[in-house]
Amino acid sequence: MIPNPNIPEVSIPSVIQNIPLQHYLILSTLLFVIGIIGVLTRRNAIIIFMSVELMLNAANLLLIAFSSYRSDPSGQVFVFFIMAVAAAEVAVGLAIIVMIYRNTRNTDIGFLNKLKW
Amino acid sequence: MDLTEFLVKTATIFVVFVLTLVIAMYSTWAERKVAGFIQDRMGPNRAGWGGLLQPLADAGKMFFKEDFIPALANKWLFIAGPSLAMLTALLASAVIPFGSTFRINGHEIVLQGVESNIGILYVFGVVALGVYGIMVGGWASNNKFSLLGAIRAASQNISYEVAMGLSLIAILMMSSSLSLGEIVAQQHGMNWNIFYQPLGFLIFITCSFAECNRVPFDLPECETELVGGYHTEYGSMKLGFYLFAEYINMFISSAIISVLYFGGYNYPGMDWVYSQLTSALGSETGHNIATLIGTAVFFGKALFFIFFYMWVRWTIPRFRYDQLMNLGWKKLIPLAIFNIIITGAAVLFLKPVITAWLN
Amino acid sequence: MEVAAFYGFSALAILAALFILFSKNLIYGAFALLLAFLGIAALFVLAGADFLGVAQIMIYVGGILVLLMFGIMLTQRAIQQEGPSRHNRVEVPITRKVWGFVIGIGIVGVLAKIIFSANFRMSGDAVSRKSTIKTIGVELMTSHLLPFEIAAILLLVALIGAAYLALNRNPAQ
Repeated sequence: MIPNPNIPEVSIPSVIQNIPLQHYLILSTLLFVIGIIGVLTRRNAIIIFMSVELMLNAANLLLIAFSSYRSDPSGQVFVFFIMAVAAAEVAVGLAIIVMIYRNTRNTDIGFLNKLKW
Repeated sequence: MDLTEFLVKTATIFVVFVLTLVIAMYSTWAERKVAGFIQDRMGPNRAGWGGLLQPLADAGKMFFKEDFIPALANKWLFIAGPSLAMLTALLASAVIPFGSTFRINGHEIVLQGVESNIGILYVFGVVALGVYGIMVGGWASNNKFSLLGAIRAASQNISYEVAMGLSLIAILMMSSSLSLGEIVAQQHGMNWNIFYQPLGFLIFITCSFAECNRVPFDLPECETELVGGYHTEYGSMKLGFYLFAEYINMFISSAIISVLYFGGYNYPGMDWVYSQLTSALGSETGHNIATLIGTAVFFGKALFFIFFYMWVRWTIPRFRYDQLMNLGWKKLIPLAIFNIIITGAAVLFLKPVITAWLN
Repeated sequence: MEVAAFYGFSALAILAALFILFSKNLIYGAFALLLAFLGIAALFVLAGADFLGVAQIMIYVGGILVLLMFGIMLTQRAIQQEGPSRHNRVEVPITRKVWGFVIGIGIVGVLAKIIFSANFRMSGDAVSRKSTIKTIGVELMTSHLLPFEIAAILLLVALIGAAYLALNRNPAQ
């Protein structure tokens, strides 16, 4: 691929060379685990939702870190798809939360212990 | 990045910032003058010559009013709302190319805060952030009218962002670049995008009216239905920030329209002017003066669109909310997609034919 | 400079994530999520993915989080009233919380062991600056065309499904 002469040569790889890949990995592990703990311990449907988004973001960060370390664009394309799926997920999920709220006047998933209203 | 470069960039950003603020300030004065002109009255004429000091007087009044926070409002978010609105409005001015380059002692200084190869996407991201100021402020006021106004504003902005993005894609297909500086440079002379994208321009300007919450679409602050909309509970300078953010948004969107569709700092005959100036005054001074003329042309275009906003405000009545949504989703989005298809076909089939015929 | 930016934005993202984990107030949680998204977007840009950084801001911050805030605003009140529903609130058993943290810390341990035992190497030292937009566009339209189409269909289906779910089917109205 021919580099575009109009774009100034910004040395992004300096960041990549200064920061070890392990730090990116640790960061996204921490974010992912905070998301997991959020899903497991919180009872509010919206907080659980936020935690899931956080986990997806952690995965995205990991993919981007790997893709720029290997200078392989497939990782970034994959992140693009994850974003599209997350958008679809949020639309459906919020519709479900709004329905739950209409039926129970609450967004606590502890109330969803009946099979039928 | 060495120290001079850093200082030059800081100075450029500072100048861009101050210019945006001053233009927004005088837009409030111009709005009243234009309203006065259209309604056949004088407009403000007491403070200063022709009311030129009116914005300062207004700011003074806003500052000395009582700063009031309702008892049941969420205090932090109530303060965060106007601050966010102001912040996001100002952020977008960073990537607008105000002119080509200045030459000082052999250094080239670009008249643009930040040249980025994703400039227009950056503007879009910041515009998407702009919803937060209104939504947070409206929710934190703990008032039903404010909340309704905020939800109206948010859903209106999200809906019209879709059509705006689609109308923009046609431009990006033609320029095959996301950098604003590159898009302007391609419209050299009279080769403006408006001649290739009249439909896209109409969609874009309609959507930018909706994004700025300006009159035919100012449903979020519609007095007859919602008292004051999302800023019902606000007073003093916090209200001032909301109003000011609207004027800054107006200036930014006018500048973006003139950059995308009207060639920014390009004007017909600019090559002739440039060669005359450089031959008469030398390559440095002449170049700088030509750049200044280009910047003046750019501001002329941007100010014309600010005037256009005001003109429309005092001419067209407000839409109903269902009409607004119908227009956005059922008319503008299909039209924008149609525009993309036409542009794609023209770029693919018509352009080779025309270039072959011209050669 | 860039190293400082990296650690600063990482700290921002992690602190915001922890705030979400422990926040009682949903709207503050949403704000913390906004900060976390912005921090992660900055990290994307630092890692050389400028297009995805802006896409993150446009999609996550401008779309998903706005929808989430809609959900919060429509289901919560600014001042929590002591309504009847608060008294029969289902309390979280403490064992669940303990197990959640234990599992989380266990996962951190396992992943950290894997990360530190693996030996990652960079492929080639000098990554030339490409416009990532162009690369991503070419990849999307050539080797990943089928997933691209499937994502489009998924989005359409999700849109229709969400509109159908959120329909007000209350016979009283």
